Amino acid sequence: MAKTTTDDLQGLEQFESRTRRFFVVWLPLACFVFVLLFPFYWMAITAVKPNNQLTDYANHSPFWVVGPTLAHMKYLLFETSYPGWLWNTMVVAVCSTFISLFASVFAAYAIERLRFRGARVTGLLIFLAYLVPPSILFIPLAFIVFQVGIFDSKLALILTYPTFLIPFCTWLLMGYFRSIPYELEESALVDGASRWQILTKVVLPLAVPGLISAGIFAFTLSWNEFIYALTFISSSENKTIPVGVLTELVRGDVYEWGALMSGALLGSLPVVILYSFFVDYYVSSMTGAVKE
Amino acid sequence: MPDQPASRPSLWRRIAESRNGLGFLFMLPAAVFLLCFLTYPLGLGVWLGFTDTRIGRPGEFIGLENYQWLNDDPVFWLSVFNTLFYTTIASVLKFGLGLWLALLLNRHLPAKNFFRAIILLPWVVPTVLSALAFWWIFDSQFSIISWLLMKWGLISQPINFLGDPWTARWSVIAANVWRGIPFVAISLLAGLQTIPQSLNEAAAIDGATPWQRFTKVTLPLLTPIIAVVMTFSVLFTFTDFQLIYVLTRGGPVNATHLMATLSFQRAIPGGQLGEGAAIAVAMIPFLLAAILFSFFGLQRRKWQQGAD
Repeated sequence: MAKTTTDDLQGLEQFESRTRRFFVVWLPLACFVFVLLFPFYWMAITAVKPNNQLTDYANHSPFWVVGPTLAHMKYLLFETSYPGWLWNTMVVAVCSTFISLFASVFAAYAIERLRFRGARVTGLLIFLAYLVPPSILFIPLAFIVFQVGIFDSKLALILTYPTFLIPFCTWLLMGYFRSIPYELEESALVDGASRWQILTKVVLPLAVPGLISAGIFAFTLSWNEFIYALTFISSSENKTIPVGVLTELVRGDVYEWGALMSGALLGSLPVVILYSFFVDYYVSSMTGAVKE
Repeated sequence: MPDQPASRPSLWRRIAESRNGLGFLFMLPAAVFLLCFLTYPLGLGVWLGFTDTRIGRPGEFIGLENYQWLNDDPVFWLSVFNTLFYTTIASVLKFGLGLWLALLLNRHLPAKNFFRAIILLPWVVPTVLSALAFWWIFDSQFSIISWLLMKWGLISQPINFLGDPWTARWSVIAANVWRGIPFVAISLLAGLQTIPQSLNEAAAIDGATPWQRFTKVTLPLLTPIIAVVMTFSVLFTFTDFQLIYVLTRGGPVNATHLMATLSFQRAIPGGQLGEGAAIAVAMIPFLLAAILFSFFGLQRRKWQQGAD
């Protein structure tokens, strides 16, 4: 982790006039925040709008809602397979995250600390694996998934998501392990601890922030995954949220925008809630992958 | 077999105590996953590109026939053009706007962490779900943007955002830029925070203008991180699938088909696995170019730090 400078943060900015600061900093920043947040506002307001206000811009201001309704949410939760998709997404995301963390902890420790022959090359290969995009893997993977006989099952997703999670988690954890002083391990070795004991009693407790970062990041990535879920799943009851909302709630030419936006809103909530609790971990894992 | 119980633990012990043996053991779970579901499919994908495999029918080796077929296919070349156009414009915009936002956030602001948290939201929310919101914003009749512009008297009829080839291209680029700015901004912000403020102050005392301070101090120090961030950004934009699939499915008249969406359309609904794989393989040279670019970016960073 690169260190953040601690010298006077105010810097040269004290010489700026108030008006100049308004036009140079606050106005552009306000525009950025407005543009970045508007789609969410629009999603949320549409989700609670009664159908008669939805497209009637002449009589109702589109930016506000009179008498918000939960009808769309109710429809979604009780008349579609939405709760099932929510459950599937949760199961797939949790399982693939745990598999990936398990494999990555060992791999990262081996590459970073055991320094076996070829560790450096393995580290580079892991980084390259991170750069292989799902859009060139999904066709052969669909072929394999079909031949193994796990097509249209949650297992297909649980087994394929680690392909993009493991490289990422390993790369991130390598950075964390590197930041743990080697002397701690040496003193444990001198005291007669085995490698296993060092890993579980010394290194892992110290790497907890890294594990949390990698875990929530992996969870988010698998929650958001789309192309594998779209390709490997065909029956409605096995779909994940992004695929279910897109393929089952969009019917014909009459779009039910209220239900669609409620589906999008509810499907985003779990990751947004997770995110709101762990903002700093997200930032460190996102920037960690770039800075190492 | 009397010595079996005695030799077994010793073999185990030998592995557990040797650096290479233990390293191999620890690498095993990750290696098995990556070999089975990443390396093997990558090779299989290249092989499928040389066959005429369809869904439910094993294919035969047909050499370069898929590529010859694609070479004569105007839709394929249109998708290559679209992908390059989409990637170039979106990456340039993401870089410009992302850097600007990072510079804004690097200033002394109250509630800085709050802004940082809000700005990362578009990146956290599942792309498909935020793309649905954009689909609604880009609706041909009830688009809120059209409504506002009509209300202000700037246009007389709703803009057909996703129905006309060029407006559709610009609309999907806008949605992609919206989705990509947070990553670029937050990563560059992390890079900016490692640049000591005192360098800027020293330059200012020597009479450098703000623009000179930016181009001669900040930018050179940020270059290595910019190289890595933009490689990631270019890579993910080039292979983008979700946004296009939700917003246009490649339409109107293939005007927004990217190589990834074309490959999906030919392979899964179309059933031509071989042809789809060939399109996916055609993306690899571009990706390699991006990776090499990143590699040299990292090399330069090492050289700058004077390490190793």
